[in-house]
Amino acid sequence: MIINWDSFTPLASLGGGILIGIAALFLMMTTGRVMGVSGILSGLFSAGEPKLWRLAFLGGTLLGPLLIYTITGTPIASEMVSDGWLFYGAAFLVGIGTALGSGCTSGHGICGLARFSGRSLVAVITFMTMAVITVYVIRHSGLGG
Amino acid sequence: MQIIMALISGVVFGVGLTIAGMLDPSKISGFLNIFGLWDPSLAFVMAGGVAINAAGHRLIMKQSAPLFALRFSLPSLTSIDRPLLLGSAIFGIGWGVSGLCPGPVLGNLLLIPEKMGLFAAIVCGGLWVGRALKQRLFQSRVD
Repeated sequence: MIINWDSFTPLASLGGGILIGIAALFLMMTTGRVMGVSGILSGLFSAGEPKLWRLAFLGGTLLGPLLIYTITGTPIASEMVSDGWLFYGAAFLVGIGTALGSGCTSGHGICGLARFSGRSLVAVITFMTMAVITVYVIRHSGLGG
Repeated sequence: MQIIMALISGVVFGVGLTIAGMLDPSKISGFLNIFGLWDPSLAFVMAGGVAINAAGHRLIMKQSAPLFALRFSLPSLTSIDRPLLLGSAIFGIGWGVSGLCPGPVLGNLLLIPEKMGLFAAIVCGGLWVGRALKQRLFQSRVD
């Protein structure tokens, strides 16, 4: 293991993480809902679920980064690491996986771990491990960037 | 009122993702690259988010109800079952390949719609298929 000091951003990442935690707390305190993006999204496909708060949260998530871009005027870094069928195949895996696993990085990672949920701890360990293995395989097989 | 509160939460979440560097797939990939040149930043995002949330969550749960809803809607499942393990493993592969989880897909959508539009649509398609699979194959409650 070699630390990449050039791209390491401990303060910004800690600050951003704290804001993400505050957003989760605020949603729970006001609406009683878990801030899990995949769950909020997939509830839109369920007939019996209320939709408006979901659309409002998702709309806010779309607008937040645009707000930062508008205020600072500097482009926000977003460099893709794969393309073509790998990239779009990954999108399908992210969707189907988070639906089956009942959560993603926000729902299991930020909210579930904070509630000391055993299911979320298992989910986080599972997706982190698979993601680390996947990145290792991709970087050592010449697939992707 | 719920709608306004959810909008505020979403904006703060989106701003947090941006400042944290979560919108950049190459940064996520750098964090997952533990056996290569490793960028530990994402561990700080998780630590900050989980710490503040864990501290505040206990206080919120002392209230009998949320401010603008009748009750707290918390997941009731506690068992470690097959859909949880299988789904999380599949998600991990997709996350590793793309460096994108659902939150940052949305966060990037208005900034780089040409790159993220089709990706976001396929994520939604996957969610829809995943929900149907969970109900049919595992007869699981979908929450």
